[in-house]
Amino acid sequence: MSNIINLQESSLESSSPESPLIVGRHTLASRLIVGTGRYDTMQQMKDSLDASGADCVTVAVRREKLYERGGQNILDFLDLDRYTLLPNTAGCYTAVDAIRAAKLGREILRTLGNPGADWVKLEVLGDSKTLLPDPAATVEACRELAAEGFSVLCYTSDCPVTARRLKEVGAASVMPAGSPIGSGQGLLNPNNLRIVLEYLKEDDPNYPVIVDAGVGTASDVSEAFELGGDGVLLNTAIAHARDPVRMAAAMKHAAIAGRHAFLAGRIPKRLYGTASSPSEGVISTRPYGSETKE
Amino acid sequence: MIKITVNGKAVQIEEPMTVQQLLDTVEVPPNYLAVELNADVVPREEYGSHTVHDGDDVEVVTLVGGG
Repeated sequence: MSNIINLQESSLESSSPESPLIVGRHTLASRLIVGTGRYDTMQQMKDSLDASGADCVTVAVRREKLYERGGQNILDFLDLDRYTLLPNTAGCYTAVDAIRAAKLGREILRTLGNPGADWVKLEVLGDSKTLLPDPAATVEACRELAAEGFSVLCYTSDCPVTARRLKEVGAASVMPAGSPIGSGQGLLNPNNLRIVLEYLKEDDPNYPVIVDAGVGTASDVSEAFELGGDGVLLNTAIAHARDPVRMAAAMKHAAIAGRHAFLAGRIPKRLYGTASSPSEGVISTRPYGSETKE
Repeated sequence: MIKITVNGKAVQIEEPMTVQQLLDTVEVPPNYLAVELNADVVPREEYGSHTVHDGDDVEVVTLVGGG
């Protein structure tokens, strides 16, 4: 008897929402990855990252303003012992540029001694209005970066076929968008995300799929986890909330709630009501539907 | 004088110099940076052994906030 209880407890523990997210060679305690862009101040960013509970944060690679420096560098506000940095290739529109950005990010993190030196969030955009990815260029860049030894986390659309291609060319994680970057529209096509998850995990249940982009509020994060996503990456939904620090805390709880709900297993949806109180012994008569089984 | 391009801008320098000497001419803390010479990353340890010549393209980048 006690053995059964112990087994149940240990299996519950291993599947708890606080179980780590493993991507490439990295083990993350939090399943929420947050961006560092678009904050009003560096201090606000720092406080928001803290409230989010994330241990991995994304950063972008940009030209240093050599002759017109503002004096502040984001690295002065990020605790490099606490956060694993995930450099991105945001803003790149060709595979060649994205590969260059990835290598530059790796060089900075290598010299800083941050563990994030071996991975990259690959983003190759196809269109500046929608910020939708260029699938062909993303596949090409992913293949080359994986061959160069990077763990590649690929931002992509919610297209299941593209997702499959990216995994085939060596992506450490495929990161389908819920909706366009920064749009706050949430998960526009949950059915596509379901298919992406099914395809990528069918022979490989632990393959990490991270929903990246489009989150508007906490319930979007919960939904991504309820669908079976392993992680969520977001930025603007926190940075541009009226109260970013409070929203960061909301996102943290939403991630935990959504993950719990997924692991617990939701009930099926039914067309009709099913009473949770007993139908026997009710003192009232029924105007309709009285033929219900007793 | 030789002409090079640094972060997309035309720059004139007296004579060929190493990446290290080039970085010494700007007030930028050397940690937090990565350097590309003609689209190839120059590892930090090799700043002194790579020379910038006429027509070369140099990129000096850092990390900024992003998602």
